[in-house]
Amino acid sequence: MNQDISFINSWIKPDSRVLDLGCGDGSLLATLTQELNISGYGLEIDPESISQCVAKGVNVIEQDLNNSLHNFPDNSFDTVIMTQALQAMRYPHLVLDEMLRIGSQCVITFPNFGHWRARAYLTLRGRMPVTKQLAYQWYDTPNIHFFTYSDFEALCRERNITVLRKKFIGEHFPDRQLKNLWPNLFADTAVYHLSK
Amino acid sequence: MSLDKRENSVGTVSAEKILIDKPLTLACGFVLPSHELMVETYGTLNADNSNAILICHALSGNHHAAGYYEGDEKPGWWDSYIGPGKPMDTNRFFIVSLTNIGSCFGSTGPTTINPETGKVWGADFPALRARDWVESQKLLMEQLGIDCWAAVIGGSLGGMQAMRWALEYPDKLANSIVIASSMKLSAQNIAFNEIARRAIKSDPDFHDGNYLHHNTLPKHGLALARMIGHVTYLSDELMGQKFGRELRSGTFLQGEAAPIEFQIESYLNYQGDKFSSGFDANSYILITKMLDYFDLSREYQNNSVGAFSHAKCDFLVVSFSSDWRFSPERSREITDALIAAGKNVSYAEIESDLGHDAFLLPNPRYEKVLGNYLSRVADKFEAASKGAAK
Repeated sequence: MNQDISFINSWIKPDSRVLDLGCGDGSLLATLTQELNISGYGLEIDPESISQCVAKGVNVIEQDLNNSLHNFPDNSFDTVIMTQALQAMRYPHLVLDEMLRIGSQCVITFPNFGHWRARAYLTLRGRMPVTKQLAYQWYDTPNIHFFTYSDFEALCRERNITVLRKKFIGEHFPDRQLKNLWPNLFADTAVYHLSK
Repeated sequence: MSLDKRENSVGTVSAEKILIDKPLTLACGFVLPSHELMVETYGTLNADNSNAILICHALSGNHHAAGYYEGDEKPGWWDSYIGPGKPMDTNRFFIVSLTNIGSCFGSTGPTTINPETGKVWGADFPALRARDWVESQKLLMEQLGIDCWAAVIGGSLGGMQAMRWALEYPDKLANSIVIASSMKLSAQNIAFNEIARRAIKSDPDFHDGNYLHHNTLPKHGLALARMIGHVTYLSDELMGQKFGRELRSGTFLQGEAAPIEFQIESYLNYQGDKFSSGFDANSYILITKMLDYFDLSREYQNNSVGAFSHAKCDFLVVSFSSDWRFSPERSREITDALIAAGKNVSYAEIESDLGHDAFLLPNPRYEKVLGNYLSRVADKFEAASKGAAK
């Protein structure tokens, strides 16, 4: 899922320290380094993605996010990013706590399971949705938690996490027109900027 | 010999003995007025001398890292990684590999003549630290006309040198590649080294290290030392796969009195004997001591982050999953300290059941990570060379 989230460039301070959890092939960090001169590190476990990061000159650290992130001290980064991976974490709420312990701010994107397409799939077909956004069968998927944008906001409230900004992505008709009006139904991806 | 094996090889190579005619003050205070180094190079130094890689060998390594000697069927010890199109691509890099002082392959060490006495150094060769090797390599660098290494690379003790380079001469290397290494040895690691030393010293032929003066060799002790080391360089899984409980001779049948010999016994004895006829016992003691002494942060108030803050180069850190002598945990400590110090670093933990020896052996993922990293290093100096030429 390579959505354009270049708007987060304005959420991140130039020359700051950025940690990208589940950085994939390192594209995002490469862009942020080029445009904002950040000092960036990505964590990844996929061997092929790690090789690609290395080829790009992106700092990549082989580390499983489901294991502890204790090797990163408190407030050792300005921004901790996680794109499209929270739903794949064993304990998303604990990962969120860790992100805000390590970074003073965090940027997080996730697929919105409340999107009308997913709802329609489940309601009409009676089967767990397999969509472009959620492209796996239920029995073999890295996405082990399904939650909606509203669920996420409730979790933030519960844990006293401040939502600095949020943005909704939905490119197709009628999402593009309606996503800001009714995000929980029309945004397929939510992007949050959080702080403690 | 199969020609396939020689594909992508640097081909036939020969070593050169280089005299470093400058005094070298060792960490112990002893001054070597001059010393000799056995050196092999592969590839061609470019016009602006910016494509040189320094290979740092480990405990038992030497200058013969790649290619074949005339009439020899066995390539250098890192041949899988050095050659045209290999991760250390000799079409792009000029690679310098040496035997460091204190070892026993022709460079100044316990088996060479002490000019003061006219006799072999033997046990009198001064104690060494990893930094002494770095200082000697620095003198070699000057002599070769290289101002900055594109990369300093090493596994195990070699990785310790690559890290020491980054702290001692931050402007003299662009990249430090630290493979299966550690910022300091664990107590368990030192323990294994001491058992090895004790094995050597217990050999009646050792004569307090002056065995060459007695025209003898502590072969038995050295073989034993190597057997212990060898076990720790392999993983339990690998030994199980390779040897299991297979017998080389004898039988388990009841009523049979002939003694049994397991394959692993025979293998280890063979490895020990082979090693003890090619390596020097004093060198083994000297270099294991050097490993034990090494502590990257000792002079930086034991603060590894503070130590690495002196470095200016970029780092690649690599470990192997089944390496228990220099475990992935040790490499993660290096990586964490580098991140905290704000240095550019990438870290890969390569899945392998080959134990510590994995760093020497072919492995597609390891090759790819190292190759991708070095390819980018080469892209950079090639672009800079082009820019300078314009």
